[in-house]
Amino acid sequence: MRLDQKLIAEMIEPNTRVLDIGSGDGSLIEHLFRTRNCDARGIELDMGEVTRSVAHGLPVMHGDADTDLAHYPDGAFDYVVLSRTLQAVERPQEVLRQMLRIGRHAVVSFPNFGYWRLRMQLLLRGRMPMTEVWGRPWYETPNIHPCTVRDFFALCAEEGYAIRRWMAVDDKGDRAPWRRSVQLANLFGEQALFLLERRSSPVSGHGARGRPSPVR
Amino acid sequence: MVPPPSVPVDAQAQPIGPMDQNPPQSTGHQHARFIDGLELECGATLKPLTMAYRTYGRLSEAADNAVLVCHALTGDQYVAEVHPVTGKPGWWDRLVGPGLPIDTDRFFVVCINVLGGCMGSTGPRSARSEDGGEPWGTDFPPVTVRDMVRAQALVVSRLGIDRLFAVVGGSMGGMQVLSWAATFPERVFAAVPIATASFHSAQNIAFNEVSRQAIFADPDWHGGRYWQDGLVPARGLAVARMMAHITYLSEEALTRKFGRRVRTDPAAPTGNGAGIGLFGEMFEVESYLRHQGSSFVRRFDANSYLTITRAMDYFDVAADHGGDLAAAFAGTSTRFCVVSFSSDWLFPTAQSRAVARALNKAAANVSFVEIETDKGHDAFLLDEPDFDRTVRGFLSGCAEHAGLA
Repeated sequence: MRLDQKLIAEMIEPNTRVLDIGSGDGSLIEHLFRTRNCDARGIELDMGEVTRSVAHGLPVMHGDADTDLAHYPDGAFDYVVLSRTLQAVERPQEVLRQMLRIGRHAVVSFPNFGYWRLRMQLLLRGRMPMTEVWGRPWYETPNIHPCTVRDFFALCAEEGYAIRRWMAVDDKGDRAPWRRSVQLANLFGEQALFLLERRSSPVSGHGARGRPSPVR
Repeated sequence: MVPPPSVPVDAQAQPIGPMDQNPPQSTGHQHARFIDGLELECGATLKPLTMAYRTYGRLSEAADNAVLVCHALTGDQYVAEVHPVTGKPGWWDRLVGPGLPIDTDRFFVVCINVLGGCMGSTGPRSARSEDGGEPWGTDFPPVTVRDMVRAQALVVSRLGIDRLFAVVGGSMGGMQVLSWAATFPERVFAAVPIATASFHSAQNIAFNEVSRQAIFADPDWHGGRYWQDGLVPARGLAVARMMAHITYLSEEALTRKFGRRVRTDPAAPTGNGAGIGLFGEMFEVESYLRHQGSSFVRRFDANSYLTITRAMDYFDVAADHGGDLAAAFAGTSTRFCVVSFSSDWLFPTAQSRAVARALNKAAANVSFVEIETDKGHDAFLLDEPDFDRTVRGFLSGCAEHAGLA
């Protein structure tokens, strides 16, 4: 399991309902089921990964973060996870809204475009940065919406999302020590991880809020 | 490939209730009789009701390992053994058997000939009343997919099974799976609707209508009372099958299998339209379809074909719930695995996706896979390793959640 997935799993309470968007090979949902007894399900765009996941006994459906979240009812999940996918979706803002409509919490991880190496490369070379995380040239990258830690803070403020927890990790995957400074995290964190909650008052016009979750 | 068991593992040891289980009957198919019959959705009552079925594997003591396999339009209960009428291997012996994805070492597999069928279950070929009399023929009451499912539920209960571990089926079998999940949600732990839809599309109704008109146009049809003169509307039924068979394939599959290859067929019957070829030649695809047509009429009853195609046409799960498909599955705890095939144009992926999305809306636990293949609708009956792995993995995962050993 990837490091960011381990950190995500630590944010999720046992015995909860979880939807993992972009579930890949299904390792996070399997981990959540086996170790936390979660009712964890996945959505994945790559059909090969979907087939492998289902063949492995995991509940995964073929679908797209941009279009398929709209089909879930309000409050269907306790947590909706989007790991390392936000930067690749068509409409990040709308995806976040949908996540917090269908789930009580959203867990979002993304590679930080404010990381110092990226800044240095752009500053010194004047070319689009290339690192291990941002490994594909600008003309073929699926990452069409890169953002920084500070950008994400700003978006959450704009949308009125409550940030329950956040952290940045460095390129070795160690938790960054600059937890109290967003500025430092934005400079030294290679990846960021957020646990969001919608505030009690509605922030957008999506369906009825506060409706009891369907009991299953 | 694992050879199909020629004899079902457990044919003689059924835990059957007090009712007469296998009275000698002309059909000779293993069956259960229900003296009280079944009231159909149309209001008519079929009394008594006979349902022919086969089982494979052994029912666990807790009766929690039963898998109901639902057959398609022209299938029957002989899912994993040599067919007693045609002598051919079971229609899903690739998938059902010891060690196979639907593992009979692990699961107790039940397959039941549908209501209205012609392989031993009550249908148009059955006598109208208990003491014999002439067959129902075209007077057989219209049945629905839900009637088929309710009739199956009687058999399942008779076998001592309260809740099915899984219901699995493709095409019309998939319609039955959806109908099971909507009608008896508490009796279905897992559901696998394959290459199917929540309603029969206008295009599919249109194809069925052409099939029916081909049967009506046969001079041996005799208004549906063909049995009186010992006839069958063989040509009409064969044309119906030929046309339908095209819809089960895909252009790629036909091209791959036959292309434009021509064969000389001196044995081709003259008359019967065979004379239109040049120099006694015919395209291989023509020869193939004729074979499909002629072998079909030997095992299938024309009135059954009409009854069952009509049931498919009526099928619309959402219609019973104010047009809202999600409402049909509201509050369900069944785990679903929806499967479609990329080149299936009879039940295209979009229709399966619509089912999956409705299940999402009902907050159901749903997996959805589209299998990449050029084999068309028939792919669910053919060798598709990804499909096999999907079924095996889904059932294993569900068995874990169900606490099955």
